[in-house]
Amino acid sequence: MSETKDVLILAIESSCDETAASVVKNGREVLSNVIASQIDLHTLYGGVVPEIASRKHIEKINQVIQEALDKAGVMLSDITAIAVTYGPGLVGALLVGVSAAKAISFATGIPLIGVHHIEGHISANFIENKELEPPFICLVASGGHSHLVVVKDYGEYEIVGRTRDDAAGEAFDKVARAIGLGYPGGPKIDKLAKEGNPDAIHFPRAKVGESEYDFSFSGLKSAVLNYLNGCQMKGEDICKADVAASFQKAVIEVLVEHSLHAVKEFGYDKFAIAGGVASNSSLRAAFEEACSRQGVTFYHPSPVYCTDNAAMIGVAGYYEYIKGVRSGYDLNAVPNLKLGER
Amino acid sequence: MKILALDSSGLVASVAVVEDDVLLAEYTVNYKKTHSQTLLPMLDEIRHMIDLDLDSIDAIAIAAGPGSFTGLRIGAATAKGLGLALNKPLVEVSTLEGLAYQLCGTDRLVCPLMDARRNQVYSGIYSFRPVAGEWQMDVVKEQCAVDISAMIEACNELGREVIFLGDGAPVYAGKLAEKMTVPYTFAPAHCNRQSAASVASLGAVYYAQGRVVSAAEHQPEYLRLSQAERERAQAERGTT
Repeated sequence: MSETKDVLILAIESSCDETAASVVKNGREVLSNVIASQIDLHTLYGGVVPEIASRKHIEKINQVIQEALDKAGVMLSDITAIAVTYGPGLVGALLVGVSAAKAISFATGIPLIGVHHIEGHISANFIENKELEPPFICLVASGGHSHLVVVKDYGEYEIVGRTRDDAAGEAFDKVARAIGLGYPGGPKIDKLAKEGNPDAIHFPRAKVGESEYDFSFSGLKSAVLNYLNGCQMKGEDICKADVAASFQKAVIEVLVEHSLHAVKEFGYDKFAIAGGVASNSSLRAAFEEACSRQGVTFYHPSPVYCTDNAAMIGVAGYYEYIKGVRSGYDLNAVPNLKLGER
Repeated sequence: MKILALDSSGLVASVAVVEDDVLLAEYTVNYKKTHSQTLLPMLDEIRHMIDLDLDSIDAIAIAAGPGSFTGLRIGAATAKGLGLALNKPLVEVSTLEGLAYQLCGTDRLVCPLMDARRNQVYSGIYSFRPVAGEWQMDVVKEQCAVDISAMIEACNELGREVIFLGDGAPVYAGKLAEKMTVPYTFAPAHCNRQSAASVASLGAVYYAQGRVVSAAEHQPEYLRLSQAERERAQAERGTT
C-alpha cells in the first residue's frame, strides 16, 4: 500500500498593502503565516497609495517568502505547488507576487496555481473549522469587496449579492475619516462604537431596487456626512462614539438581514463570514445571534485570517491543485478578476 | 562565467544568456504586450533552445532602473524569484548604462534618452576608452531624471560629438534639432533600445568586479518618488 504524500502549498499574496507568504499542509493546516504590513506607511496618506504599496512589496517579497519556508521548517524542494493571488487587487501590487511566484515555479519546476483573492478569503474559514465543507453561504466583506456568495463546492461559487457602490469596509474607512479617526477605519470605528449608543441617530438602511441580496453603502455614508455637516452648521457638538455606533449598527443590520434572507431562501444550514470587516466584533456578535435564532451554524475565521494573508490563498490553492488547476508562465495580474472565472 | 540577464524597463522585453565572451541567446521583443505575459515565456524559450541548466548560471543581471515603474518591478520580481529559487546573486545594471554599453567602442559621447513624460528624460552621458586591452565605460554625467533641455545643455557644454539612443530620442528629436550646438547622430535600429545582451555583457564585467547583491536586497532604482510622495513633500515645503 502506498503512503499518501502530504501536499505542501507555498502561497504568496500581494494584492493590496500586505506582503504575505505561507506554507499550508493538506489544505487545512497552516505551517507558517508571515505578513509584512505596510499600514503605518499608508496611514500618512489616509489610504493605500498603489505605487508605494508596489515598491514596498518588491522590498519585502523575498524575505517574506524565505521566512514562511523557514518558519514552516521546510525547503523549497519540499513544496508540492505554489499558489499566488492574481486578482482582484491593485495591478502593480499583484504583479510583484505573480512575477516572483512564476519565477520560482520556472526555476524549480514546481507547479503554479493562480488563485482568486476572494476565493482565498472564503477559504480562510476552512483553516480553523476542520468540519466545515461546502455547500454553504459566505458573506465576504472587506475594504474592496462586499459579496454574498453561494459556495456550492470547493472552487465553485455563485455570487448572489454584491454592493452597487461602496464596499462595506470602504464605508467604514470614509466615515472614520469624516469623524477624524484616520485609516484604517474598521478597527477604529469598532472600538469607538463600544462607547456609543447605537440607537442615538437613525441612519437609513438602503434597499437596492429589484435585487434582494445586493448592498448599497454610499447612501448611508452620505447620510452620516450630512448629519455631521448639519451638526456643524447648527453649532451642535458631535458625539463621535454615537455616530460610530449608529453607523456601524446600520451597516451590520443590512449585512445580517440580506445574508440570512439568502441562507433561508437557498435552504442552507451553514453560514460563514470572511474578509477584513468579518473581524468586527459587533458584526460577529450580530451574526452569532441571528444564526442561532434561525438554527444556522455560524463560521468565522480568527481576525488574523480575516485580513489579507497568504494562508487563505494556500488553502484555496490546495483545492485548486487537487482539481488539477495549473497556471502557465504567462499568468498575468488581473485587477478586476471575477470570482469563478479563469 | 555564465550570466542570465533580464530587461523589462521600457516597452522592450529582453532576455539573454552570455557565457564568457559569447552571447548564447537573446530574445528581444518590442511590441505592445504585457511584460508579465512575455518575459518568462521568452526565458523558457531560450532555456529550451540552448539546453540551459539554470543551476549553471553564476548570476542574474537585471536592468535595475530607471524606467517604467511597473516594468522595472516585473523584471525585479522575476530576477528576485529566480535568485531565491536558484540561490544565485543578482547584478544590478543601470538601465541607462545597459543602453549605452551597446555602443561600446565609439569615440563619441553616448547619451541614452528614456522618455520620462512631462518633458523629462531619464538620461546620463557615457564614454569609452581602451584600458589594458579591454574597453572601459566611463560615466561622464551620472544618471538623472531631468528636463530634456538640461540634458541638451549638458551635451553642448561638453562640446563633443554625441550619439543619442533610447525611446526618448524620437520623442525629443525636434528639441534636439532646435537646441543642439554640437554635432550628433542617432544610433541605428539594432542598438537603439534596451537589450538584455548588453545588460548581460556589462553585468559580467560587474560580476567579475564583485559588484553583486543578494536577491533579497535588490530593488529598482526609480530615480523618482511616487506621485503621492512628491505631492506630500511639496505640501510640506509649502506650509513651512
